[in-house]
Amino acid sequence: MGFEHLANALTLTNLALALFGVVAGTIIGSIPGLSATMAVAVLVPITFAMPPASALILLGAIYTGAIYGGAYSAILLNTPGTPSAIGTTFDGYPMAKRGDGDLAVAIACYASVFGGMIGALALLLLAPPLSSVALAFGPVEYLWLSIFGLSLIASLSTGNLLKGLAGGAFGLLLSCVGVAEISADIRLTFGSSTMIGGIEVVGALIGLYCIPVLIDLVATPERHLKVEEGGRAVRFREGALLAWRSRFNLLRSSIIGTVIGILPGAGGSVAGLVAYSEAKRTAKPGQKFGEGEPDGIMATEAANNATVGGGFIPTLVLGIPGTPPDAVILGALLVQGVRTGPTLFDSGGSIVYTFIFGLFIATILMLPTGLLIGRYAYKTIVTIPKTILVPSVGFMTIIGTFAIRNSISDVIIMIVLGTVGWVLSRFGFAASPIVLGLILGPIAEQGFVQAWIIGEATGNLTGMFFGRPISLAIIAFTVLSLVYPVIQGRRAKKLLEMQAGSNAKTDD
Amino acid sequence: MLKLKFVKTLVVASAVSLVAATGALAFPEKSIEYIIPFGPGGESDISARFQQPFFKDKFGQDLVVSYKPGGGGAVGWAQLNSMAGDGYTIMGINLPHIVIQPAQKDVGYTTEDIKAFYMFHYTPDAIVVTADSPYQTLEDLIADAKANPGSVTMSGSGKATANHLAQIRFDKMAGIKTTYVPFKGTGASVTAMLGKQVKAQWGYTTVGAAQGDAVRMLAVAMEERHPLFPDVPTFKELGFDMVGGAYRGMAVPKDTPDETVKALSDMFGEINADEAFRKQMLDGGFALLDVGVDGMGDFMKARKDEYIEAATEAGLLN
Repeated sequence: MGFEHLANALTLTNLALALFGVVAGTIIGSIPGLSATMAVAVLVPITFAMPPASALILLGAIYTGAIYGGAYSAILLNTPGTPSAIGTTFDGYPMAKRGDGDLAVAIACYASVFGGMIGALALLLLAPPLSSVALAFGPVEYLWLSIFGLSLIASLSTGNLLKGLAGGAFGLLLSCVGVAEISADIRLTFGSSTMIGGIEVVGALIGLYCIPVLIDLVATPERHLKVEEGGRAVRFREGALLAWRSRFNLLRSSIIGTVIGILPGAGGSVAGLVAYSEAKRTAKPGQKFGEGEPDGIMATEAANNATVGGGFIPTLVLGIPGTPPDAVILGALLVQGVRTGPTLFDSGGSIVYTFIFGLFIATILMLPTGLLIGRYAYKTIVTIPKTILVPSVGFMTIIGTFAIRNSISDVIIMIVLGTVGWVLSRFGFAASPIVLGLILGPIAEQGFVQAWIIGEATGNLTGMFFGRPISLAIIAFTVLSLVYPVIQGRRAKKLLEMQAGSNAKTDD
Repeated sequence: MLKLKFVKTLVVASAVSLVAATGALAFPEKSIEYIIPFGPGGESDISARFQQPFFKDKFGQDLVVSYKPGGGGAVGWAQLNSMAGDGYTIMGINLPHIVIQPAQKDVGYTTEDIKAFYMFHYTPDAIVVTADSPYQTLEDLIADAKANPGSVTMSGSGKATANHLAQIRFDKMAGIKTTYVPFKGTGASVTAMLGKQVKAQWGYTTVGAAQGDAVRMLAVAMEERHPLFPDVPTFKELGFDMVGGAYRGMAVPKDTPDETVKALSDMFGEINADEAFRKQMLDGGFALLDVGVDGMGDFMKARKDEYIEAATEAGLLN
């Protein structure tokens, strides 16, 4: 790495490509169903004619933009534009509901840029040593990581644990539909060949999150989001101040995102959820996660954009894609004749470093473009009349779901799941536990089956599941996150009693 | 605004597939849709991407790659025959998938339903270990497996796949018992091998090409050594009659006219004959194959018999 690579990245063409990539990525990512993977795959043929470094910069910029763009629909429509933005809905939508949508969009942008920078920095400075993290994670570690993710159900369903667990179990069941990933068994298709493909996660996300919002929009006379009357000043500064106050949360979430991004079996959705759960666990008194807490948005958005840089670490160093979009980029590089993997940093070093600087530039460009597009998106969603909003969003959900696999049955599944989700929400079942089960179920299942096979072959089943240091650390974190809310609740209760006893005035 | 976003996205998307509407009379007179029944980024996608620029160069029309993943390819193949049979829709096909899947369960299509017109390459089976593995040669691995039956764990991509069938066939030939651990795709299976979660991997020559010095291949399932790896012996040299791997090609909907099918077969044959294309594929670790529409029947029958035999013996077909 050196100045010549920075200079290479700064050519007019590369700058223009980074800008185009970020803008296109943000817009594509904001549409539910049009994911980062697809955005990258669609643009691959264009890059054949480009020099490899420029091609990488364009694809990297689209990727990072798309991950950020997912936040818009999460905040403004309660629908994660990409699975990475699931955690953003938890606090983003409540903020938008109460009229703080513009602030939420702004802090999502700051957090995404921050997370993206940390991820890229790790890629620049620590890629070869960090790539060993990808290899240290075996089947058992993925099993425990997904169980840790599932433990989030407990903290997500405050006051209604049983319904949360039931939702999670329903999600796990849904994840079993179709051809099992590693055993090739066909399950729960009830003889229908359309069900063989299983339940597509993004389609399910759109159904479970967006359809209930649409139904409620039609069923109630109120406006979609609360609007403050009288032109309010732009809230960029307020957002920046909030982000500065939460710098430790941002840093922790970015590091979590980078590390989980390195793991080929996880990804942006898991990273965002783990960061969210950590932010919630370490919440200050008075912070209400799940009811519009800015720190919740920041944790998810910082973490998911950090996975971009993190995911490139195993992709470039080991030739193993860290995330699905990385797999597409790896393929594009292969067609270009660039061989990734162990030799790349030596033989193709200049391409790699030019690309990394390009990723930095794209991330920085995301700040002005993201704030600008975000503001425009917010204004549109807020001012557009319901009669136009509902059909447009409805149309978008159908096109988006269809586009994932060019499949009409996915659209039908989406609508059915959405209706089921709406009915369930009437009875107090939230969508998020279902989605957690759907996403984490296959990871847990694969890890369990593989660990069992290996453990049995080596004659050490117990040691396989409970004898590996990283597994033990994840188990400890799981227990901590399950027990902590109970301890916290007790402590708060005690504090309250003490205060009541001494008649002390509350501060703040 | 939402509509505007849409228009913008569509512009981006259509810029890719933009086709000059020139009045060429010969086939193809417009772009051809090339459906990959898997997600993007896998070996099926990558090898299709290799063909893409050559097709455009030679025939002046775009080969537009799209994806229809699900059910390990079954979702796409089950729908192939309901698509327009005008030669402008082709779909990637994989062996042993299209033989094993319908033989196991009702997946909405049969092997005979698939009208294959060209098989253009295969990724030869190979046993891959890390560079610092105690297995220096295939003999070392066999000796360990003989001494400790079942304790040699080998990762591979999926169950009842090319990797799995290779493991079953080789165990039988060598008279050993190894433990096959299925992973989700070749990437995850390589990761498990590199991370020493397993002792070896049933992979492909492409793994050796991508991983370079980090891995060692003990043997490859080819007739002759792969030009990229002159030092790696074939199974045949070592006394095991194993040649094969995961084969990839293209098929059309059943009702596509024979002359169109023949034209397509010739076109892809022309790409396969291109020296630059061959070099790219070989450098990636692939092995080329030239089975056009004429030789397809015999080729498919031979493969089918081989797979069904191995899968039946292993109890995969029940």
